Amino acid sequence: MGTGCVSLEGKLSERALSFLKLVKERGKVNPEEVVRLTGRPLFQVRSSLRELTQAGFLQVEGQEYSLTEKGLVALKEAM
Amino acid sequence: MEQVVSMPRIGDPAPAYEAQTTMGPIKFPEDFQGQWLVFFSHPADFTPVCTTEFMGFAKLHEEFQKRNVQLLGLSIDSTFSHIAWVMNIKEKMGVDIPFPIVADVDGKVARLYGMLHPGESSTVTVRAVFVIDPNGKIRAIIYYPLSAGRNMREILRLIDALQTADKYGVATPADWVPTPQTWEFSEENTKVIVPPPTTYEEAIKRLEEGYE
Repeated sequence: MGTGCVSLEGKLSERALSFLKLVKERGKVNPEEVVRLTGRPLFQVRSSLRELTQAGFLQVEGQEYSLTEKGLVALKEAM
Repeated sequence: MEQVVSMPRIGDPAPAYEAQTTMGPIKFPEDFQGQWLVFFSHPADFTPVCTTEFMGFAKLHEEFQKRNVQLLGLSIDSTFSHIAWVMNIKEKMGVDIPFPIVADVDGKVARLYGMLHPGESSTVTVRAVFVIDPNGKIRAIIYYPLSAGRNMREILRLIDALQTADKYGVATPADWVPTPQTWEFSEENTKVIVPPPTTYEEAIKRLEEGYE
């Protein structure tokens, strides 16, 4: 599958970074909250959160997403 | 041996697939659960009828959103072509295309949904519309040929009819609308699209004859 949030070289897109930042600020988020806070369409939020989880930047428990150590490091490096 | 192509029908679960779109990768049905989906195909990017249709969908995008409907386009073109086309529409017409378009270069999704009708064309998709409900079930299908652009207000009316039927357990008669309204048609709606010239000479002649 192609890339939406993470490039083939592992680089995060602006959208990905904004999502990680949001998750860091809120601690835990579910897709509906991300839709409300970002105004992005639900399908794109779900797809992005899934991609970031598969790439190891987020972890998911039920519907709640939170940052992993890798996500935290990526966010710090991008700042 | 002739290949047997199954066509999804009304009442069937909409076939699952993964694809790349102009707004990132998608997984159907997972990413669209809980929303209505108007999944429509167009023959090709950068073609005049398709451009008018996309502008029509963009114009009614908010109305679809109010009804919890996500629009999703598809054609047998690449993501790069789709992006170049929507950028062109934005630059030339000043219209943003606020919904994703599936890049179905190998026609896999088009075949899955029966959007290729060989009698009409074996290389481009016909103008198909699949209305899929929040549970992933196909609730309505519309097919238009390559030459006739669709009426987006009719698709919106169909959504209203389906949602009203679900909510109140009723059926809706011919030409039913939820509230009295006037569909506005202007001089612009009476224009047709002439196929593009095939030679330079013909192009010059058309210019002299005052074609837009």
